[in-house]
Amino acid sequence: MTQVFDADGTVVPVTVIEAGPCKVLRLRSLERDGYSALQVGFLDKPRRLASRAVRGQVANLESKRSQRKAEAGVVSLPKPGCEPKRYVREFRGTVDGVEVGQDLSVEVFEGIARVDVTGTTKGRGTAGVMKRHGFKGQRASHGVKKVHRHQGGTSMNTSPARVFKGKRMAGRFGNERSTMRNLKVVRIDKENHLLLVRGAVPGPNGAMVVVQQTNLIKKVAGPGAPVSKKKAGAK
Amino acid sequence: MSQKTLSLVEASSLKSEVPKFAIGDTVDVHTRILEGEKERVQIFNGVVIARSGTGSREMFTVRRIVGGEGVERKFPLHSPKIAKVEVKRSGVSRRAKLYYLRDRVGKAVRLREKRDEVALAAGAAKKAAAKKAAKA
Repeated sequence: MTQVFDADGTVVPVTVIEAGPCKVLRLRSLERDGYSALQVGFLDKPRRLASRAVRGQVANLESKRSQRKAEAGVVSLPKPGCEPKRYVREFRGTVDGVEVGQDLSVEVFEGIARVDVTGTTKGRGTAGVMKRHGFKGQRASHGVKKVHRHQGGTSMNTSPARVFKGKRMAGRFGNERSTMRNLKVVRIDKENHLLLVRGAVPGPNGAMVVVQQTNLIKKVAGPGAPVSKKKAGAK
Repeated sequence: MSQKTLSLVEASSLKSEVPKFAIGDTVDVHTRILEGEKERVQIFNGVVIARSGTGSREMFTVRRIVGGEGVERKFPLHSPKIAKVEVKRSGVSRRAKLYYLRDRVGKAVRLREKRDEVALAAGAAKKAAAKKAAKA
């Protein structure tokens, strides 16, 4: 994260997200796939690391089978004809005026005030209840022995004589999907494909996140479904 | 990669002319403040006791004594609200953070004034002359 000054000189804490350009890889349709969605890819992946299936997804490959198919008159799906992508995500919904192979830039966020950012939180390993659930722990003195960061009791007495399911305890913390909702869009830098949102987003620096128009507030008249897959270049 | 991206963003927040002052200097910080519709400049005078952070996040701390009570204000160096920083007096300091001034009261708060180069040169010349005179 960093900070910028707004119009009247107030400091605004921002996360810088390298937003696109993302290639539209495929359009899912109700007729063919049973749902409609937009599939986009971000950042190239070396061809040697991509399986043939993945390479075939983004471009037409020469093969005996494809030849036979062509001879039989089977029309294949339009391919974007690009390098394999490192990150591929789908966004549900229909979008007008988007074609396979098109580049979506940060401009799709123009006119959007607030976004939701989804990512994977930092992994914290095995964590105690204080860090993981915000428990208060126990007192520093007054007879507390070596359990200062422990939880208190976990349940009651003979009734129910068991610990309820879902009781919050110590354990693996972090490294899970999380969404920060309703983040304000502070600035859009078209030249460098940067999106600045107010506040923090899940994950470490340089992690991949997905940015969508927020679904928290009622959609104001704007672009159809201005969604695009992004990466937090720096936070 | 990510550092590069960050610096791109921060470049937009940086002042083209960064106010020049050093730790230990007594400065007047001119801050623009809005009072209703009118904007006026408020001056905060004191000793710079610390600078922290880098890039557009750099801050500096100014300490002064008001009515026998120490007051510290921290300013963002690149904030557009800081109109200017005027150096009133340069103090000699051998460290980057002068937090020890917090424990001092009265006369002990003062810092030795940094003599400018002309004065230093004059002092050296005088010393040399005195040495010569002693020899002769």
